[in-house]
Amino acid sequence: MREFEYIVDVRHVSKSFKDVHAVKEVNLTIKPGEFLALLGPNGAGKTTLVEMIEGIQHPDEGEIFIAGKQWKHHEQELHQMIGLSLQETRFMDKLTSYETMRLFASFYKLDTDRVTEVFNLIGLEDKKKAYVNNLSGGQRQRLALGVALLNKPKILLLDEPTTGLDPNARREIWNILLGLKKGQNTSMILTSHYMEEAEHLCDRIVIMDQGTILAEGRLQEILTLGGGHHSLDDLFISLTGRHLYE
Amino acid sequence: MNRITNHQLYRLITAHFFEIIREPAVIFWGVVFPILMAWGLGIAFTQKGAVNLKLAIVRVTDKGVSVDETKLIRCLKASGVKKDSSYIVDLKNEKLGNTTLTFIETSWSNSYTMLKKGKVSLIIEDKPLETIYHFDPANSEARTAYQLASNLAVYGPAFYTAKQSEIGLLTMTGTRYVDFLIPGLLAMGIMMACSWGISYTIIERRSKKLLRRMVATPMKKSNFLLALITARFAMNIAEALLLFVFAWLYFGTKVQGSWPALIVIFLAGNIAFSGISVLISSHTANPEIGNGIINALVTPMMVLSGVFFSYHNFPDWTIPVIRNLPLTMIADSFRSIFNEGAGLADIWFQAFVLTSLGVVSFVIGLKIFKWY
Repeated sequence: MREFEYIVDVRHVSKSFKDVHAVKEVNLTIKPGEFLALLGPNGAGKTTLVEMIEGIQHPDEGEIFIAGKQWKHHEQELHQMIGLSLQETRFMDKLTSYETMRLFASFYKLDTDRVTEVFNLIGLEDKKKAYVNNLSGGQRQRLALGVALLNKPKILLLDEPTTGLDPNARREIWNILLGLKKGQNTSMILTSHYMEEAEHLCDRIVIMDQGTILAEGRLQEILTLGGGHHSLDDLFISLTGRHLYE
Repeated sequence: MNRITNHQLYRLITAHFFEIIREPAVIFWGVVFPILMAWGLGIAFTQKGAVNLKLAIVRVTDKGVSVDETKLIRCLKASGVKKDSSYIVDLKNEKLGNTTLTFIETSWSNSYTMLKKGKVSLIIEDKPLETIYHFDPANSEARTAYQLASNLAVYGPAFYTAKQSEIGLLTMTGTRYVDFLIPGLLAMGIMMACSWGISYTIIERRSKKLLRRMVATPMKKSNFLLALITARFAMNIAEALLLFVFAWLYFGTKVQGSWPALIVIFLAGNIAFSGISVLISSHTANPEIGNGIINALVTPMMVLSGVFFSYHNFPDWTIPVIRNLPLTMIADSFRSIFNEGAGLADIWFQAFVLTSLGVVSFVIGLKIFKWY
């Protein structure tokens, strides 16, 4: 029996930067093992919401519970539960993939066995000795995903993990994530520009705009909102008059 | 598993260290360039190699008297060697070093062209009854050429070897320019290595969002900065040692004072500039702004702190300010240890100030540090 029903529980959260209301009264819950896609145009509030879940921003109002705990007083504990992959992170150029992985493993007090396991998981065994700056875009993204998976996170936060990758590299990332979905009890929050990525990987989709949640549910459910739409972009246009990926 | 190689501080230090030593440009600018600079400046300002000065002679007929009869020409014929249209006179002096004067006979227009192109530094208007020297008094080479040529015309080449006994050469260690230069270069090396190696690295990693990625883990924040400083310090020791060994082998540079005092100041200087580097890089994520901030810190000190030449050439009212700059404190302390035989008692105050400055800057920097 779990102590909590939701691995992530966002309650009435608001956040402003000077005069900009980035997130307004948002409520969001994620069950253990659930994969959730967060979609919305630039400035919708996705990043701020994810950063608050990640603990690097603090809500002005409302509360966020991760596995039943709040960031205040539980920082070390919650860092152990979260894995993170940012779209633009660049690791140290002159470290090898293996040294990079060992560096991050040391933050979680993990030994080389776990590093080897993760290399097998992300399929970069033959690139262990390659310097990070010699990896292709797809390989770097797989390395970033591997680093995020080192600590067997309860929650995986992925910020546009496949943006800029070719279809093959994108599919490799998807396969790793689908394997994760089957094999572990990891929840995931994914921000993406690709509808098919959200459809392929996620149980639920949340569409945000101007700091609020416009629609939420399974893909087929939300496409039927307002009389039925062919795509999420069509739905977004009918809700706001603008394109989803502006 | 408690193996030290799995400890985050160990892994951070080795990661930072690998980043430094695997970058050839870092090795060149950090190790090779200071040695080249010491060699170049040391050679330029310490060797008494042969000097070759070129002068133009314009021979002018005056009142029907033949120009062959001028005193200067008679002297050149007697003491020099004629080669084409030039007279070459070698002035020899063991203590001053040898000087070769080349007098090139030419026309007025050609002599001005040669002067403008820097081929000669002085034009001699050689008349039968008088000799006029045309040159720019602000040009030290032209002044020297004038003094040598005019003395040669009056006294002959013997003037250059006369009174050698008056000259006492300063060749003992500690009194040469290179003895002034090497401690300055060692001090500057600490400042440059810390400023660029720590500040710029922090700013660049912040701009690449690597700091944000790291701070999302259970990594201890102070460990990241301590590791960066430790790796940089290890490199600074290696760079300073190589420069010192070069100076010792090539120029015979010696530490006349206390080695413990030298180590204490070296350590204090590294603490000072490491702390300052963390402070100045605590906010910006823009490498171009970082570039400007670092230059704003290091450039005034490079100019003012007397790395290459004495800061006593600046106006008197600036001296108390310059003396209290961190780089000046390190350079002055190094010089007093290298050249004046200073010990711990002479440098403890500077070491205390530098260490305090570093610790306070580090603490403030860590407090206001932006990780993303």
